[in-house]
Amino acid sequence: MATTLQPPPVQLDEKDLRPHDGNGGGGIRGLVPEGGGLRAVADPKGEPTRTGIWVALAAIAMSFAALTSALYVREGSATDWHHIVLPPILWFNTLALIASSITLELARHRVAVFMRGQESDRSRPTLWLNLTMLLGLVFVAGQYLAWLKLRSQGLYLPTNPNSSFFYVFTGVHAVHVLGGLGGLTRVMVKFRSSGRPLRRSTLDATSYYWHFMGMLWMYLLFILWVKL
Amino acid sequence: MRGNMGGKIFAVLVIVIALASAVPIVTHTWFGSNISLAPPEDISTHGSEIDKQLDETMLEAGLSFLAAQLVLGVFVWQFGGRKDGVLKNFPGGAKYLVVAALLLVGAEAVALGALGTKAWGSVYFQPASADALQVQAQAGQFAFYFRYAGPDGKFGGIHPEKIDEGNSNFFGLDPENDIPARDDITSGELVIPVNKEIHLMMHAKDVGHSFYVRELRIQQDFVPGLDLSVHFTATKVGKYEIVCTQLCGLGHYNMKAYLNVMSQDDFDKWLKAQSQ
Amino acid sequence: MSEASAHAAHHTAPTGFIRKYVFSLDHKIIGLQYYALGLVAVVTGMVLSWIMRIHLVWPNSPIPLVQWLSKVGAPGGVVTPEYYLSLMTMHGTLMVFFVLTNAPFAAFGNYFLPIQIGAEDMAFPRFNMMSFWTTFVAFCILISAFFVGDGPPLAGWTAYAPLSAVGKDSGPGEGLGQTLWGLSIFVFCIASLLGSLNFIATTLDLRTKGMTLARMPICTWAWFITSCISLLAFAVLLPACLLLVLDRVGGTSFFIPSGLNVSDHLQPHQGGSPLLWQHLFWFFGHPEVYIAIVPAMGIVSHILINNMRKPLLSHKVIVYCMMAIGFLSYMVWGHHMFLSGMNPFSALVFSFPTLMITIPATIMTLIWLGSLYGSNLRINAASLFCLGFISMFVAGGVSGFFLAQPTIDIYLHATYFVVGHFHMVMGVAAIFGVFAGTYFWFPKMTGRMMNETLGRWHFWLSFIGTYAIFMPFHYLGLAGNVRRYSAFTDDFLVPLVPVHKFITYAALFTGAAQLIFLFNLIYSRFKGPAATANPWECTSLEWSTPSSPPPFDNFGGVHPVVYHDPYQYGVKSSTGDYLMQTSPERAGETP
Repeated sequence: MATTLQPPPVQLDEKDLRPHDGNGGGGIRGLVPEGGGLRAVADPKGEPTRTGIWVALAAIAMSFAALTSALYVREGSATDWHHIVLPPILWFNTLALIASSITLELARHRVAVFMRGQESDRSRPTLWLNLTMLLGLVFVAGQYLAWLKLRSQGLYLPTNPNSSFFYVFTGVHAVHVLGGLGGLTRVMVKFRSSGRPLRRSTLDATSYYWHFMGMLWMYLLFILWVKL
Repeated sequence: MRGNMGGKIFAVLVIVIALASAVPIVTHTWFGSNISLAPPEDISTHGSEIDKQLDETMLEAGLSFLAAQLVLGVFVWQFGGRKDGVLKNFPGGAKYLVVAALLLVGAEAVALGALGTKAWGSVYFQPASADALQVQAQAGQFAFYFRYAGPDGKFGGIHPEKIDEGNSNFFGLDPENDIPARDDITSGELVIPVNKEIHLMMHAKDVGHSFYVRELRIQQDFVPGLDLSVHFTATKVGKYEIVCTQLCGLGHYNMKAYLNVMSQDDFDKWLKAQSQ
Repeated sequence: MSEASAHAAHHTAPTGFIRKYVFSLDHKIIGLQYYALGLVAVVTGMVLSWIMRIHLVWPNSPIPLVQWLSKVGAPGGVVTPEYYLSLMTMHGTLMVFFVLTNAPFAAFGNYFLPIQIGAEDMAFPRFNMMSFWTTFVAFCILISAFFVGDGPPLAGWTAYAPLSAVGKDSGPGEGLGQTLWGLSIFVFCIASLLGSLNFIATTLDLRTKGMTLARMPICTWAWFITSCISLLAFAVLLPACLLLVLDRVGGTSFFIPSGLNVSDHLQPHQGGSPLLWQHLFWFFGHPEVYIAIVPAMGIVSHILINNMRKPLLSHKVIVYCMMAIGFLSYMVWGHHMFLSGMNPFSALVFSFPTLMITIPATIMTLIWLGSLYGSNLRINAASLFCLGFISMFVAGGVSGFFLAQPTIDIYLHATYFVVGHFHMVMGVAAIFGVFAGTYFWFPKMTGRMMNETLGRWHFWLSFIGTYAIFMPFHYLGLAGNVRRYSAFTDDFLVPLVPVHKFITYAALFTGAAQLIFLFNLIYSRFKGPAATANPWECTSLEWSTPSSPPPFDNFGGVHPVVYHDPYQYGVKSSTGDYLMQTSPERAGETP
């Protein structure tokens, strides 16, 4: 009862030969060439960059999920769960981070306007980018101040599990924010350069990362407030 | 070895290896020796369920193993090295195979799962009965110690900072300040009466350890910081080895004690002798 | 991040030795670098296993050369109990991380995934280079543990707390050695995450014209699925290692409870949970073993199809099964912890998906077996290793069925039964997949053929040898032979030593057989006969590159166009009985 193998494949028509999901070409995305190659930036790797950042954010989210579950389990087994008072500066830091997301979005809008050739002045976008960087640095500095405040209360990393988790969560987050600042620096350098100019996907990816850091912080703040 | 021969050699080899692998399982001994390669005699009340499950699984898994290797061998014999034959598909194609896998494995899994739940439940879901003999076990690098409550029926508290092996204070008892600790009996052997339920309370002194007695069909980790316990009833007098099965450091291989199952009379005599 | 990728279609070939072969952005070179690292790791791990096996059956005899490895650990060449455990820890760590995560996945995947989808390189070549060199740094950190004061850690590759967390009080090697382990694995996680990122983005976004997801070869799917599993798994191990290192050097108590008296030292830690480490570790650890096997499943499927000259009974089903395995792998981690003291009800909860995962694995096995029927199976070194893989996968998988049941696990947990199970699936089946891939893809990577006779002998000896080593492990387990013992001194273990002797002889025999492979690999690289462009008459894109090895941009400046799925075998065409994916030809009638 053996059957013969597959029948001959059907006629291949054009639709089978269309480009599928990011073929090698890519092409210019959202940027209109306007006399002078400076502004017309080909973005052939736009798709993978955008995919890449979402994948990276998924991994980062998973890491923090693991830390969150560690927090819950550790609380469950704890004999020494002493609630700590969150340093008030955290609220200020949060505002700074949220503000930095706003300034980043404004910066993106300005960059797009510039890239479309509707604006020839680099200074507005640069200003907003600088503000974002500044607010990011304010956030990190503020987190450090929060650490100092805890230390002044005698709460160090090993003191009790609450303080341990506080330092770990805020520390790991701050490291990622510093990474984001690095990304922003890169964006700013490229924006100013004419040799290897800024691609839209670079800016997009950096922005998604930055906003994610903001949202992640708000989630962490909530967890810290509820649990610690 | 040209192509054709290779296929035939593989086919013979895989079938021979599969059959050879089955021999020690069936004979329960290593080839041509009397080295026993099976679980030892079961001396527990719950062990028969475990053994039944093991036997059933061995039958199903063993038959699946042999069948798969046989089919592999037969197909490679038939089609290995075959040149320019007419290509055929397995009758029914993938569909029937998927269904077969779903049914076979699904049925096996459900059956064994259901069986296993009962056995698991008898070990873990039923608490120790109220009149079980309570014994404390402590595991530490690299020895087991056991403690009985003594005539007052109460255990003294454990103080890790007071542990002093040189003076045989293995549990860190404080008899001076802790009255129930005064008559506690410490032993390097787990001595128990036969046919009596034992409630073993397990305490880890330093790192993770585990309590394993093959004949009792019991295994349970000692976890530092957790109050764990097991309960069991031994049905046969004799001496059995308790070994540590959770990697605990350099002496892990040597960490053992004896389970000494005695008649109730002998046990009572032994216990009395310890108190003196 | 887009700057990390090469400039579009026009990146120029690198010049200079350093840029070409050391800090290369070329995924092919990076793949070879991973393979080389895997080779070093597997040889090291294998030598460690020889020392272990020899020590187990002749515990008081000096083993040549070991005293040079450690004067303290093996004075006069006689391995101490603690050093045995250190060797065991390093063996496991090297094999699981640096061999089984590297070779089938990072090495072959890096080399062939971009080519098989018609791309010029990975999406992010600079991240790719970073991921290899980061892996290399992790390797160096791990190996350095051999040379520090107290030696390598002895807590096993699983590094359970508190043994691994309290520091040097718990044993030799638990000082700096264990911290280095923690740092090494931390760095390895980062490298893995970078690698997975690349695989995912590349597969989703860089497929060439006509290469739909459905037209990707099974091994491409396997690498893609593996990278998805890997992304989430290593993302959990990373913070776990961080917390472990903090417990060790930062004085925290994530995993260390109160009141521990270790070696007469009262530990200052309070309230931590050893089970927390187990949960975090195994949440990573179980998907990790599927990361080890899924690429091999893909490679074996691909090579088998080619050698059978006919497609599998259903490719979709194989791919769906791999996806199912990947998905289910996240639900079963508790089966490593049935007896750990976690809630016994959870044991039943974990047991169910563990048993269910047998279903896709069985389906795949039945499809492989069923596809052999009616095929024109070519026998060569590569196809033999594929057949060996199927045999081993069945053998190893079947023993898993025992361990999936908590009741049976009461008896078999922590015995050699477990060791036999995972060695058969990981240590043999996955490695056979790597061997098959090596013999198959060697002509494409080097332009030369490996010696077929040596390849077959390598197979026969390895197949017999690995069965001889690992089958008896199961019997020992049934007798209750406890694992991770450096010597067999218990009453019930002494009679089993003759079985261990047999295993040791088999291990040394099999180890020697691998020399055939090493010789073949190196000799053929330089002196092997020249290979034709497509010696196996395979349909996938890597065989359509203009040269072997492929040029730096894989297709010589041309963007391939794909017209078919990769399973056009048994069809009449101008090339013979197959149609390459890039061939615009239509198949004639079936022969």
